Amino acid sequence: MASPETTEQREFREYCSAWLAEHKPPPTKIPLPQAAYEVTSEDHRTYLVDWQAKCFEAGLIATDVPKEYGGHGHDKFQQIASTEVRRANVPYFINWIGLGMAAPTLLVHGTEEQKKTFLPPIFSGEDIWCQGFSEPGAGSDLVSLQTSAVKDGDNWVVNGSKVWTSLGHFAKWMLLLARTDKNDKYNGITYFISSMEADGVTVQPIHKMTGESGFNEVFLEEVVVPDHYRIDEVGKGWQVAMSTLTNERGAGTGVGAIANSESPFAAIEALIALAKREKRNGRTLWEDPIWRDKLVKLYERTEAATQNFRRLGVKELNGGAMRIPLQGKLTGSELGQELHQTALSMLGMKSSLYISDPNAEEDGRWALGYMNTYTGTISGGSSEIQRNILGERVLGLPKTK
Amino acid sequence: MAQQPKDFGYGEEQEMLKDSARRFMEDKQPLLALRESIKGTEDPYFGDERTGSYDKTAWDEMVGLGWTALAVPEEAGGVGMNLVTAVAVAEEVGRASMPTPLTSTLQSTFALREAGTESAMSWLSKIAEGTSMTLAVYGKDGSLESDSTDVTASNGKLNGTSWYVQDLQKIDSLLVAAMDGATVKLYCVDVNADGVNLEFDRIVDLTRDQGRVNFNDVSAECVSEDGAGTLHKAMPALLTLISADMSGGCEWLLQATAEYAKVRTQFDRPIGFFQAVKHPIVNMMILGDQTRSLVYAAACTYDTDPGTAHKAAHLAKSSASDTAEFCANRATQLHGGIGFTWEHDVQIYHKRVMHSQQLFGDGVWQREQAAAYF
Repeated sequence: MASPETTEQREFREYCSAWLAEHKPPPTKIPLPQAAYEVTSEDHRTYLVDWQAKCFEAGLIATDVPKEYGGHGHDKFQQIASTEVRRANVPYFINWIGLGMAAPTLLVHGTEEQKKTFLPPIFSGEDIWCQGFSEPGAGSDLVSLQTSAVKDGDNWVVNGSKVWTSLGHFAKWMLLLARTDKNDKYNGITYFISSMEADGVTVQPIHKMTGESGFNEVFLEEVVVPDHYRIDEVGKGWQVAMSTLTNERGAGTGVGAIANSESPFAAIEALIALAKREKRNGRTLWEDPIWRDKLVKLYERTEAATQNFRRLGVKELNGGAMRIPLQGKLTGSELGQELHQTALSMLGMKSSLYISDPNAEEDGRWALGYMNTYTGTISGGSSEIQRNILGERVLGLPKTK
Repeated sequence: MAQQPKDFGYGEEQEMLKDSARRFMEDKQPLLALRESIKGTEDPYFGDERTGSYDKTAWDEMVGLGWTALAVPEEAGGVGMNLVTAVAVAEEVGRASMPTPLTSTLQSTFALREAGTESAMSWLSKIAEGTSMTLAVYGKDGSLESDSTDVTASNGKLNGTSWYVQDLQKIDSLLVAAMDGATVKLYCVDVNADGVNLEFDRIVDLTRDQGRVNFNDVSAECVSEDGAGTLHKAMPALLTLISADMSGGCEWLLQATAEYAKVRTQFDRPIGFFQAVKHPIVNMMILGDQTRSLVYAAACTYDTDPGTAHKAAHLAKSSASDTAEFCANRATQLHGGIGFTWEHDVQIYHKRVMHSQQLFGDGVWQREQAAAYF
């Protein structure tokens, strides 16, 4: 049973929506990429950092974080702010890794000094963060990572390479997982904060199938990390990382709206509008019962995702605390991919006209968006890994590994 | 669009009722009686009609608990609760695969509520006191339009046959759609009334029964002069209630399959270790959760925002139908040989949810109906 909104909560909601309506920034000259992890231009970066800083000052970010760590010290206001941000159709927050992963991890596992030093510039967007988890030989099987950290007095010396590092080209700090004990797979990993400006760090962009960049390979050669930049105890890195990934998979509470890309409803509604104007054989696709059936089914799944989120508020109907939250990333990313696939199929011969083509439908958003949906189904634990997690943690099935 | 309560209107009362329904089912173990009735009947579909699976004392207890009265308006002697409340109970009935006319009776209750006439109210009073009722609205071709009935009405007398009437061996009264000239009207009649003759179908689903009702100059009370309009208004409630029953059944199939995958060992491991088994079980859960959320949303929409109730209910039944098909299919497949046998409960649930899949139209039908609201 959801508790009714208090007067304070209602006032805060009204404040957020009024502020967002008033301060929504004008669009950029060259359109922003579809998601924060694809930003590569300096102009976009400046624009987005400026926007995040304004939202932070206005209290929409770090709303519930204690004041001594740079937050606004409210209680249970963050979800209201995040909902309003999503609803307002405003630009995304560029520092999504900082807000979605670094801050929640530091709040739980960080030292007082770490929280006071690192959190405020995360919230304002001044310090952009990236995540150093995956390696060329350690993707879904993350625990096999080989980047090493060797203790040297008060420092650690890091060697290895990280891959798929979103925002690595802008980041000041990296959430780094490194192996501190080669003989203990799970308890041999330690969690660090590593400077991207340190000697021995090389960032090399990787180009995606879309032609865009946005993520990188990061080489770490004799990089020195001070011991007071270690998060939690030596050997606890795997456990800390699991809590970080929980946030990435949408189960954590977070400190700000992170995935502020287009809502799935906007996508299905655009698809139905497309069906009502695309023609085959003298009639619109919407007049064809096969297409109607397909589109209404997609609408049904989109609506189900919204109603799953609503049902989260009624814990008696949840069937366990993690059952619905752990499905979010999996179902959302697969639905998004199917929506885009369907759009391409509806566009027919026009579907391959790409972003730079003047005849491309809606500036090529469907082809670009389709390719980018693989980011969702692969990163942060692929859909296959998500199904393992759901089977094991929610249904209690035997662990695959 | 009206503002809906975020919690679907599911509060303490609903949870108490649902919890008591769950405990009632655990206590009654309705499948034990059903098992007894089908034991040793190698040819249950070709012998005499089965009646042994229906526990009438359980019905009397359910009436005592107030389940037939819960959705009857207060002025007709009921409790006047909404659809979300009825859905909470229907879900537990489905989870137990209980042979009972309760879901049919709740559906009839909402149809009579929509009829709203004085005569409808008097039949609602009987329901509140424990009279069960089912819908007799289909003709032989099983088409789903409201004017597809093969029954005619003339001067208050019914003639013709209603087909595919659910729970016919368990039921006290009928809500009949009949053509009076070119107009569909709704009538209520006792199954024991003069001129009513029942013929029972042999159907796959062991938890339900079904049949034909022959009317031969039967005097019946008209409860709605605008039968098509009444059925249309009630349709969201009818669809949502059967979808709730299916949601409960699919949750049982999920849990039973997950449990089996933990204990059944092959190749030196519990089969749930293998991803070819693990992942489809997870997919059962994902589909089941979609259905469950859409069912509660549809119920709340009917209760608070009737203008958009049809779209929500068609989406819920579309989801329930597809989920039922997938869950029944995977549950039997993943149980392997044992799930294919007469002895295992999986077959009972499998048949019930697949029977429900067709009631009031399958997923394709629902999506085509929903499309009208886009």
